[in-house]
Amino acid sequence: MRTPIRNVLWAVLVLWGTIIFACSCGSNRAGSGSGSALQIKGSDTMVNLGQAWAEAFNKLHPEINVAVTGGGSGTGIAAILNGTCDVAESSRAIDEKEIQQAKAAGLNIRETIVALDGIVVVVHPSNPISSLTMDQLREIFMGNVMRWNVFGGEDRPIVLLSREVNSGTHIFFKEHVLRRGKSKGPEEFAPGALMMPSSYAIAEETANNENVIGYYGLGYISPRQKVLAVARDDRSPAVLPTIDSVRANAYPISRPLYFFTRGDPSGAVKDFLEFALSPEGQKIVRDTDFVPIK
Amino acid sequence: MKIPSRRFREFLIERIIFLSGIASVVFVALIFLFLLREGVAVLKTTSLGSFLGGRFWYPISTPAKLGILPLILGSLLVTGGAVIIAVPLGIAAAFYIAEVVPKRLRMILKSFVEVLSAIPSVVLGFLGITILVPFLKNVLHLPTGLTALSGSIMLAFMALPTIISISEDAINAVPREYKDGALALGATHWQTLYRVVIHGALPGIIAAAMLGIGRVFGETMAVMMVTGNAAVIPHSLFEPVRTLTATIAAEMGEAAKGSPHFYALFAIGIVLFVISFAINLTADLLLNRNRKQ
Repeated sequence: MRTPIRNVLWAVLVLWGTIIFACSCGSNRAGSGSGSALQIKGSDTMVNLGQAWAEAFNKLHPEINVAVTGGGSGTGIAAILNGTCDVAESSRAIDEKEIQQAKAAGLNIRETIVALDGIVVVVHPSNPISSLTMDQLREIFMGNVMRWNVFGGEDRPIVLLSREVNSGTHIFFKEHVLRRGKSKGPEEFAPGALMMPSSYAIAEETANNENVIGYYGLGYISPRQKVLAVARDDRSPAVLPTIDSVRANAYPISRPLYFFTRGDPSGAVKDFLEFALSPEGQKIVRDTDFVPIK
Repeated sequence: MKIPSRRFREFLIERIIFLSGIASVVFVALIFLFLLREGVAVLKTTSLGSFLGGRFWYPISTPAKLGILPLILGSLLVTGGAVIIAVPLGIAAAFYIAEVVPKRLRMILKSFVEVLSAIPSVVLGFLGITILVPFLKNVLHLPTGLTALSGSIMLAFMALPTIISISEDAINAVPREYKDGALALGATHWQTLYRVVIHGALPGIIAAAMLGIGRVFGETMAVMMVTGNAAVIPHSLFEPVRTLTATIAAEMGEAAKGSPHFYALFAIGIVLFVISFAINLTADLLLNRNRKQ
């Protein structure tokens, strides 16, 4: 009777010991930027890009272990502020509230633009419309125009697909298209806009439904959806989103992608940053369907 | 030496078991206190009436609009739809398994019901988005298949195992004498089931339905994937809805700690907690009544 219980107690003790040991090791690593592990966190848009960078970087520096996780741009910036990651990936600039938080904590947060992203507007392949102006997009996504035939399309209702509010893409589209570039404004997505949990969900619904219009990053373009050309205004030509048109700033809905780091980068963080901006790193940007900055 | 150490061991084991026993009570109390502490702060920025009765949910705007009426109605509509589908189907299946089916087939059916309950909700959601949503759109000629109905159908699948197994237990618990008596009086099998067995098992069946509802109401992932998540007050099952659970899941990651949005999400948690608690309490009371009989 006695031995089994004692064995169980020992097993529990050993287990706890292991867990505590593992936890303390983990937190040590995450805390220091120059250690053998690099925590990268943030924008869901940039997860694949970060992963590709991490893999290639790991071949050059096998001693540095890079972990990339998503969660959204805000999650990443929050993590860099409270020190649970070394590099925050973000598809939007740092906002006023976050700058205040950094100041309060006595942190010097440094931003680096590492790539560009175009947001494409997509419809079902059978939709006869092939281009819209920024103002027309604004009217559509605010719910002021609710049928396709207003723009010469078929007599169908317009169903709006948007990302959730936790997405950097949602915020960028709202500020850039709905609010014409102002970050604060009264304009909102129509209450009836469907909030999709992922770019995948938008792509899937767009491929299956003739009524919808949606938006997502350049990286998600596939032949199952039709990409619209967008004109800055009535007088400008409509431009299709491509790597060249985004880099030339001819395509109106594009944005920079950022790395945020604490203070002046050193050690592994500096190596990683330099790698991302190197010709090899920028080639990976192109390979993952984003737009290189050089 | 032997006896005191044995007594000590008994004492220790009793205490450990006691602690395990009250752990769930303590956890529930702590969770509720935590929710209350974080959630009540929403009243600093919005009144109770405009929180529960507000028609617009724009949490990240300045100033934020934090009205959860569309979300409450969305959750209730999806749950109601799931109940209409799952309860009759589940009860019929329970009767079939408990009273009609041959013994060997019964084991097979029961194990399939268990497999159904083991399917992760994200897998169901994936099937929903690729198969059910386009299908509903084309068959019903809707503007989009991402509707409350899609959510209800997905949730019905998830509630079925609970409803079937608990109803089946309730049916099996009906004393054999009732059935024998009815048959002896010349009632047919159907008459016995319909007039006698169902009567004896009713409280248990209602409890099964309530537990199924509880399961459905708190479900998140599959619902978030197929209901479209538009925060508008729904008028029918064929419109997109946004549920309370999907709102918390979708927005918690990005809500700045200490912002009205953050507190509002916790307050939604309180609303969910209160409604689920009421559902479970009703189920419990009904089950207890059943046992006393």
